[in-house]
Amino acid sequence: MAQADWSKPAALALPKEGYFQQEKGRYGPTFPRTPACHGFTVMVKVKPGREQAVREYGKTVEAAVKGSPDVLAPLKLHYLKWVLFDVGSGLHFMYQGIFDTDFDKYVEDAIMLFNATGIQSVFTNLEGWPEDWKTNVPAVAKFFHDHHRPSFLEYGEYPYTSAEEIKKALKLKQSFSDVLDQMQ
Amino acid sequence: MSALELDDIQHFLVTRTPALAARYEFLRFPDANSGRAWLSTMLEKAGTAKSVGEQRADSRWVTLAFTWNGLRALGVDERALATFPEEFREGMAARAGVLGLTGGNAPERWVGDLTSPDLHAIAILFAKDVAERERCREEHEHFVGQCGVEVISSLDLEAIPPLEYAHEHFGYRDRLSQPAIAGTGDEPTPGSGPPIQPGEFFLGYRDETGEVPALPQPEILTRNGSYLAYFRMQEHVGRFRDFLREHGDTPEEQELVAAKLMGRWRSGAPLVLAPHADDPALGADLERNNAFDYGKMDPHGYACPVGAHVRRMNPRDTADNMQRRKMVRRGGTYGPHLPEGASEDGKERGIASFLGCASLARQFEFAMNVWANDPRFSGLENERDPIIGTHDGSYDMTFPKRPIRKKLTGLPAFTTVRGGAYFFMPGLQALRFLAAGASSAHAASA
Repeated sequence: MAQADWSKPAALALPKEGYFQQEKGRYGPTFPRTPACHGFTVMVKVKPGREQAVREYGKTVEAAVKGSPDVLAPLKLHYLKWVLFDVGSGLHFMYQGIFDTDFDKYVEDAIMLFNATGIQSVFTNLEGWPEDWKTNVPAVAKFFHDHHRPSFLEYGEYPYTSAEEIKKALKLKQSFSDVLDQMQ
Repeated sequence: MSALELDDIQHFLVTRTPALAARYEFLRFPDANSGRAWLSTMLEKAGTAKSVGEQRADSRWVTLAFTWNGLRALGVDERALATFPEEFREGMAARAGVLGLTGGNAPERWVGDLTSPDLHAIAILFAKDVAERERCREEHEHFVGQCGVEVISSLDLEAIPPLEYAHEHFGYRDRLSQPAIAGTGDEPTPGSGPPIQPGEFFLGYRDETGEVPALPQPEILTRNGSYLAYFRMQEHVGRFRDFLREHGDTPEEQELVAAKLMGRWRSGAPLVLAPHADDPALGADLERNNAFDYGKMDPHGYACPVGAHVRRMNPRDTADNMQRRKMVRRGGTYGPHLPEGASEDGKERGIASFLGCASLARQFEFAMNVWANDPRFSGLENERDPIIGTHDGSYDMTFPKRPIRKKLTGLPAFTTVRGGAYFFMPGLQALRFLAAGASSAHAASA
């Protein structure tokens, strides 16, 4: 695919399935790269009485990232958002991520991270999370696929730009700034 | 957690044998009885990891493995068959999209009828030399005829000159990086990382998660087994040499282009340790030729490009979860040697290898899907593995260089995949179980 123009904001409307043409990944269908990169929106019902445990998990991740800022790097992330909501059918958990690669490619790395950081503790509070998640990659991938709600519209202000490119640009800006400081 | 059962595991992934010739025979069992008759005798010839290690005088080494359809043909019941992983059940050809095997590499263009549902088994024969290979071929031909088993296709392999060291048709030294499996007694070479838990290669053992994954059923069939991804890849030697000449005015420049594509000089010397000139002594020294990383020693790829073959296939410290991605590779070269200076003769030559692992999806398919064929691997923009990636002339290769990088556009396909298949390589007890009719499958899976 030709390099897209990051300077032209872009929007993409998607069919109901979340993809135009089904492409098979190792563990299920893959979803296309959009102006807002890759990503998923997972919505799952929380087991009764587990709200506090899920909320406390926020602190676990905060501490993990603070202790080791690169801890989530394998996921090739831009942003993650965790939301709890109840619209009358019980408490639900929403996990929305913006990535630079399709989830299918790095699902095992995600499981490894869950194990290393304690992130899995949030999933064990959700209905349907496979008990053998640590060794059963297809079951974990299926859990995410089953609960993913594909976007019907995605928009990017700087479309198709990876987190790596953004970080490189900011580093370059910092380097120039340092050069100018040295010229004073 | 028990120790590795080396007296039950087939030797293939544990012991590297001193073979200079080989033959792969792809087989069909017209009915269960013929398959069982064949297997009953052949299993006596299959060496275990223990026996092959002990018997230095061996002159031939036999390995047996089966497709999912082959297990069915031998009588494994449907409930048990359904417990095998999806990718193995589907077979390699059905997974071509996942693997990036499209265009010239697509299964529609493969040879040897390997996409046929009638492909049931493979007999892998490694021999000390061609004469021994031929002796075994005749013996097996006679035996297959007796049992009523059909040979769908076959492939003869031979080492190419010079025979002093393993290398493939492009001239690159081979067999430099092999994982050391914990429990086999193998020590990793410096720079290769710690030994890898046996569950990454053999079913029924603890893997790198610290757990023992659930076994496909019945356990007697799958414990001590491994999956093999077979890959026959033609090497376009004339095209490769033309490319080097187009991009290098002198022999030294051409060697550097060859090294940048691979990430090692053809001698085996890694670019990270020998960035400017070849160092054949380093290339041949297993104590030194893996003693490097990328993240600290070459983060920008000035020595070894980020897209070079060996950096993609083993990104070392620049990728995560590496202990869960490694595979054991076995195989060799087929087709005639094309001497340096000789013009392309149009004959097929290449390598035909097996990648052994405990999970085809997590190990082999990941390597193909992400490392070989993801154009945006590791921050690259439009590149695929220059040696084994699928190419149609639309991908690039970047050599990072100060002050400005060098970009080669429109890389041609130096290789073409001509065939492939997924096999399950059972342990000896499992082979006996299959030869006896897989009869306890019903009880074990009930």
